[in-house]
Amino acid sequence: MARIELADLAHHYRPNPATDADYALKPMHHVWDQGGAYALLGPSGCGKTTLLNIISGLLIPSRGRVLFDGKDVTHLPTESRNIAQVFQFPVVYDTMTVYDNLAFPLRNRGLRGPAVDARVREIAALLDLTPDLTRRGGGLTADAKQKISLGRGLVRPDVAAILFDEPLTVIDPHLKWELRSKLKALHRALDLTMIYVTHDQTEALTFADTVVVMHDGRVVQMGRPDELFEKPAHTFVGHFIGSPGMNVLPAEIDGATARVGGVGIPLARGYTAPAAGIRTEIGVRPEFARLAPAGTGVPVRVRRIEDLGRRRIARVELAGHPMAVTVPDGLSVSGEASVLMEPAMVHVYADGRLVEAA
Amino acid sequence: MDKPLNQKAWLFVLPVLLIVAFSALIPLMTVVNYSVQDTFGNNQFFWNGIGWYIDLLDPTTDLGGRFLDALWRNLLFSAIILAIEVPLGIAVALSMPRDGWRVAATLVVLALPMLIPWNVVGTIWQIFAREDIGLLGYVVNRLGIPYNYTADTLSAWITIVVMDVWHWTSLVALLCYAGLRSIPDAFYQAARIDGASRWAVFMNIQLPKMNRVLLIAVLLRFMDSFMIYTEPFVVTGGGPGNSTTFVSIDLVKLALGQFDLGKAAAMSIVYNLIILAICWVFYTVMTRLDARRG
Repeated sequence: MARIELADLAHHYRPNPATDADYALKPMHHVWDQGGAYALLGPSGCGKTTLLNIISGLLIPSRGRVLFDGKDVTHLPTESRNIAQVFQFPVVYDTMTVYDNLAFPLRNRGLRGPAVDARVREIAALLDLTPDLTRRGGGLTADAKQKISLGRGLVRPDVAAILFDEPLTVIDPHLKWELRSKLKALHRALDLTMIYVTHDQTEALTFADTVVVMHDGRVVQMGRPDELFEKPAHTFVGHFIGSPGMNVLPAEIDGATARVGGVGIPLARGYTAPAAGIRTEIGVRPEFARLAPAGTGVPVRVRRIEDLGRRRIARVELAGHPMAVTVPDGLSVSGEASVLMEPAMVHVYADGRLVEAA
Repeated sequence: MDKPLNQKAWLFVLPVLLIVAFSALIPLMTVVNYSVQDTFGNNQFFWNGIGWYIDLLDPTTDLGGRFLDALWRNLLFSAIILAIEVPLGIAVALSMPRDGWRVAATLVVLALPMLIPWNVVGTIWQIFAREDIGLLGYVVNRLGIPYNYTADTLSAWITIVVMDVWHWTSLVALLCYAGLRSIPDAFYQAARIDGASRWAVFMNIQLPKMNRVLLIAVLLRFMDSFMIYTEPFVVTGGGPGNSTTFVSIDLVKLALGQFDLGKAAAMSIVYNLIILAICWVFYTVMTRLDARRG
């Protein structure tokens, strides 16, 4: 089927890129396994759609190669690759019936008769589209249309990977969940590689086995949802994933202690002092920093308490730097207080990147 | 239902009623008035009832014969120019650039013929196609093809058809282009992934999206060509013989040439009703198509 390899890939829209900033996609090398569910997560303009279009063949990368199962497909036109793509806005051929819409990719490839019919009915059943088969595509709801777009991808027996470009954007919220569950079920039922582009972290974290976080044309982290949460490889990942995001505080690192404005914070292990000119920060998620009565931990000043329903978050100041921390049940403090951080969950970042254990 | 009666509302409608009365109703009634009378000049009028209408709709009479002839010529002309301008307009729209500075350049070039006053268009072609001094006419004749629009019916028809195509294909093209521009890129990308051929893309994406503007284009071009007067009048004056005399040209000949006000009035009323009827058919077809799609 398809193991997707991006070999030394880069792309720029402008001719003759001079600096890194001219690249829409900075040089990268990644291997994506067959049958995986991947989510490309990142803010608008981070290059995720560019990457998707390169994989689908709508765009030819300015550098590097795309390999499917070791076979170079970089210059292969999109219709000759065994991939399907579902777009942000549902693409349905209005004048055709749902049946003809689903049969379209097969007929275009020269298939006729009972083979087409059997396949169309199978896919329609899989997507609960059977009752609508005789209706015209134009009059359907957005979620039904999106299912048809997906169906046109699934109907081809040779498809090994399906790419989704923010497919739930125009779907009603209550149907989003349903459609996403459908996608997960399909992924389990069919042995397909799925790549799902989104800027919605909930969508990414619930859909994918592996989340690829992109920022400014670069893949900043690729990992399981829990890894992204517990060990963000970049301060951007910390910010972007989680609500509220990770607290990032400028700090000086001194062995196993971080100093934020003169206040010492214990770390899980010792770090070698970084070279001069490198910006060092510590990052800790609000979930791993608890508020406590004054005098029991790192001293902070409480600004306000936010009730998020399921939990309470305190906005505090640590040596002048704002921070969000968890308020344990039953605790009520105001003004001077302390924060207790789990040392193993306090990460050190040098120029934004996680400093790994040696 | 008790609605409060407020006669003051009439005051607000009054200006509109007055304007419509003077601009449309009264002139129309004057025409109706002429159409039931006959005159021998001297501003003397005689009641003729529906006599002119009976003549007009009876092809065996002189009046009815020439009206029917002109009507057929008109329909033939509309059919020919629609058959050329619609496919040509679509083809032009399809080959227009989608972005960049070329878009603006193309739009300007396309809009140029439409910006020229109609009698100037006629004059341009009248001179352009002359076999003695016109560039086109001279070259065609030198190539050995006999071409003279003042003497030969076929030449005259070709001249006015080509002139109309030159003048108005842009309109169809621009309308179709607007329709094409409303298609999101994702449709083309999806079609590529579905392996659709160029023809399949045209039939299943582009044509359905152009459907509505295309109907408007057909309606506009039909009405315009059915009422055409200025350009052929300037080029051929309705000739040679009566071979390019369309209804509107005939009408002017009748009213101003022969000063047969009664006949001309009856003819313009019938002409008007035919146009209204065709409009109604177009409108019904368009709304039906819309409803079926909704």
